[in-house]
Parts: sequence; C-alpha cells; structure tokens
Amino acid sequence: MKKKIKTILFICTSVLIISCAGNSEKAIKTDQLEGSIKIDGSSTVYPITEAIAEEFRDVEPKVKVTIGVSGTGGGFKKFGRSEIAIANASRSIKDQEAKNCGENNIPYLELSVAYDGLAVLVNPENTWVDFLTVEELNTIWNPAAQNTIMYWDQVREGWPHEELHLFGPGTASGTYDYFSEAICGKKVGTRGDYTASEDDHILVQGIATDKNGLGFFGLAYYEENKEKLKLVGVDNGKGIIIPTMETVSNGTYAPLSRPIFIYVNDAAKKRKEVKEFVSFYLNNAASIVKDVGYIPLTNTEYNREITKFNNFLKN
Amino acid sequence: MNNSKVNRIKDKAFNYFGIFCTLIGLVILAFFIGNIFYDGITRIDWDFLTALPSRKAEKAGILTAWVGSIWIVVFTFLIVVPLGIAAGIYLEEYGKKSKLSELLEVNISNLAGVPSVIYGLLGLEIFVRVLGMGNSILAGSFTLALLVLPIVIVSSREALKAVPKSIRLASFALGSSKWQTIWHQVLPASFGGILTGVILAISRAVGETAPLIVIGALAYVPFTPSSPMDEFTVLPIQIFNWISRPQHEFTVNAAAAIIVLLIITFTMNGIAVYFRNKWQKKINW
Repeated sequence: MKKKIKTILFICTSVLIISCAGNSEKAIKTDQLEGSIKIDGSSTVYPITEAIAEEFRDVEPKVKVTIGVSGTGGGFKKFGRSEIAIANASRSIKDQEAKNCGENNIPYLELSVAYDGLAVLVNPENTWVDFLTVEELNTIWNPAAQNTIMYWDQVREGWPHEELHLFGPGTASGTYDYFSEAICGKKVGTRGDYTASEDDHILVQGIATDKNGLGFFGLAYYEENKEKLKLVGVDNGKGIIIPTMETVSNGTYAPLSRPIFIYVNDAAKKRKEVKEFVSFYLNNAASIVKDVGYIPLTNTEYNREITKFNNFLKN
Repeated sequence: MNNSKVNRIKDKAFNYFGIFCTLIGLVILAFFIGNIFYDGITRIDWDFLTALPSRKAEKAGILTAWVGSIWIVVFTFLIVVPLGIAAGIYLEEYGKKSKLSELLEVNISNLAGVPSVIYGLLGLEIFVRVLGMGNSILAGSFTLALLVLPIVIVSSREALKAVPKSIRLASFALGSSKWQTIWHQVLPASFGGILTGVILAISRAVGETAPLIVIGALAYVPFTPSSPMDEFTVLPIQIFNWISRPQHEFTVNAAAAIIVLLIITFTMNGIAVYFRNKWQKKINW
C-alpha cells in the first residue's frame, strides 16, 4: 500500500514539475513595468480587451493582464469591491452599481472603446421583407405580441399569410437587454415565444434554414455568415438604414447601434501599469477593434476619450 | 405456436433490443468523436500546445488552459482522495448503524444530485471570500473536490463492502486491531474499486466549467500558474470561449482543444486503470 501511494505521489509531483517548467519567461529588457492588471466583465467586450492585452504583451511583457468573463453585471460587482481595476461593460453602469462604487470610495471613469451594431436578419429566400420600421419591429417583438402576432401579414399588409418564426439571444445576454430596450422600451422585455439561444451560431442556423425566420444578433455574426442570411435595413423615421461600419459608427443606424465600454478605477492614477494599459487601449483600439469584428469609434471620438482619461488622471 | 416458442422469440427480441440500446450510445459517441477529430485534428501541433491565447485564431494556443487543467486535476485529486476514502471508511467500518451515519448517508446521496453551478456559488463564498483563497487554483480545486466527493465516497463504500467478511474475521483472529485490519487487509483489497470511483470523479472534474466560472476562473491568462495560489483558466472555459466566437477558425480551435481535453482525460483514466489492474492481480485469497 505504502509503496503504491508513493508511486502515485511521485506521478503527481512529476506532473506538477512538468507544468511548472512551462513557466519560463522570455528574456526581456530592464526598465520595464511590472505588476498585474485584473479585468472582468462582459463577454461582448472580451474579444476586444483580449486583443489589446495580447498586443500589450509585446510592449510590456512583465505586466500580467488577466481577463474574466463574468458578464457586465458580474464585472461591476467585482469593480464595486475594488477586486478588479478595469471592468468590461456592454452597457452603462446602473445606479445601484454606481452607488456601490460611491460607498466604497471608488472613483471611476467610463470610456467608450467601440460600437456594436445589432443586425436584424431574415432568410435569403424571403422575398417580401425589404426593410422594417422601428414600429414594425415593436409590433413583432413587444410582449403583447405573444400568441397574437403570428403571421407575416399581421406585420405589414401585403406580406404573405405565412407563419412568423422568431429567433433571438436569451434574456440573460446584454444583447437581448439592449434590443428589448431599444425596440420595446425600458423594463418591458420582449415576447417570450421565440427561439432563444445564448449561442449565436444556433440563431444563424435557425434563420438560415427557415424561410419564415426572423431574428437579431450582433453584426459580427452576420459578417461571418453573409451568404446564409439576408440583412434587413431599419427605418427609424429618417429613412432606411442598413447597418454598416459607417452607419453604425456615425450613429445613423439608430436605435440598434450601441457603444461598448471599459470602466477604469483610480488604480489608473496610482499604478503606472494600469495607466499605460488604458492609454495603450485607447491609442490602438481603432485598428484592433476592426480585427475582432467590431466597429471602431472615429478618430475624433478616440481623442475625446483620451482627453477624458487624461483629465481623470489629473484630478 | 406454443408457449415456449413465444418465450424464445421474446427472449431473442429483448436480446436485440438490448444490443440496439447499447449501440445507440456507442454510435453517438463514435460519431461525436469522429466529427471532432475531423474538424480539429489538423489544427493540433506543437505551437497550438505551447502558444498563449490570441485574437488571431491561427496563432492562438492553449498552453495556459491545459496547464491550468492539469493543476486543477492534480489538486482536486490530492484533496478528494483522502477525504473521500476516509469518509467511506468511516461510514462503512465505524459508524455503521448510528443515526448520525444514516443522516450523513441521505445527505451524501442528495449532494450527488446538486447542480454543479450551486457548488460554484458555495465555493465562491467559502473558499474565495471567507477563507480568502481568491480566484486561485486552490479555491477551484476545493470547489471541484466538493463536487465530486460524493462519487468517491459512494464508490469507496461499495468497494469496502465487497471485501469478504472472512478476511476481516481472520485478521481479528490473528489479534490485529480494527485499524490494522482496515489498513493492512480491507483497504488493499478494495483499492481497485476505490480507484474506479476516483477515475469517474476526476473525469467529471476535468470537464466542469460552470462552477469554475462562478468562482472567478478567467478566460484570458497569458502566463502559466507557478503556485496553487495563482489565477488560472482551464480547457473547458477556453473551448466555450472559442465556440462562442463568430469566426469559423475559432470553432476549429475549439475542436482541437476538445481533442486535447479528451486525450488528457483518457490518459489519466489509462493510468488509473493500469494501477487498478495491477493491483487486482496481486490479490489472491
């Protein structure tokens, strides 16, 4: 028995040693920043921050940046306890969350880093939908439509009497929150009788294989599945706007484009590595944001955010 | 047709039905593994295993994820094995008929059915916050150890129960104490069965995502852990993260990472099965 236990322990330790061995760091210059930056929050913002952290690694290899994906709400919870220096957020901070920061004496700053557009999509074989107005989207999605708006001809006269099949992200996602608020109003939600999935690939599949399907999700997913889906323009009263890089970033694709944020606390003032990271973020976001499928702010807007950040550091 | 003929037909029919049921599981598994290998096998190379996470799918690797998974598994193993076996021994050998052990038994069976995310919440409060372990490997391992503890306890008890009474009596007859009997006779004899439970438990732990996300395991960690107090990520989190990306190349990465996870699981099971077989050969009463 003893011998066996020893053998087992031996195997465990050797595995440990092997895994430690992978930890060797590259040789680096002196006079570099050290420390760690903890980031958490929205999974929507995650790809951008991950990409920035990856690039930052080349500049300051000794700074350990770690990123979690607890969701915007989870991120703000940790942010309000000072457990993290930066929070990724796909919406603005809520009053209660801001109050937490205030109670714990955590000054913070909101910085926009990119835009995200919500695309409304139908099947490519759908010949009747040319565009949708915001009112029509509301007719389709608002909670009262449940079990009543079931056919396309109830949305607009002249459309065929075909069943309407809806697809969208689940209620836990920030994307859902944003869509329901923009289309149905605050704290109303949407109808519940649609096919919901947190996995956007499933929504893509659903709409791509259902002639009567209609759904919404982040523009990045449309860009990757262009040939399977038909993008629908949205008319907000000022004309039909198709979401593109341009219409999202200049705000004409309203109300379905939103800015996404990072929140940084006063660690940026006290710790040089945090300050450097945020500056690096804002200065390099324009090209990196595009890389990961989101829409960058304009240069003027990035400069505005940089000024905002610099002012925050001074006060 | 007489009665015995009907019975024979029924017999055959049930036989085929049984084969059919067994095959369903196997075919689905084979299809799944085949599909994953088809998608991901070409993506696995040395760079994939040694590179850090990246926004570019072709440059991204799983070093921190698989190393994190191994850390977690080793520590979970170290925590759950002594606890689980000791609890099994107590319930089976010492506290056999007391009210307390009845209560414990019911609770252990209940615990086995609690959803894993609940363990995550428990771990977050106890290990991460109250005991101040932070979002560390240690906190993750303790949480997973709690999660799989019932499996080890139950299988240890079954294994201990299977040791013939004559062995114990013979040991007592030679004058050994209860503890000596357990340590020198009962435990070695039941070791194979206990290991089976441990294998099942660890295989489950290595695939868990939800409780680790809850206790604050990260998605992007650009360094491998160097102590159990370090922050970490694990393979299932990396896989989940990649699957939810819009770009197809990340799905390929996810498939490749799944293959690596399967290999890790199979290897660990292989090691355990090897020890179990070797052990069982030595027992001849």
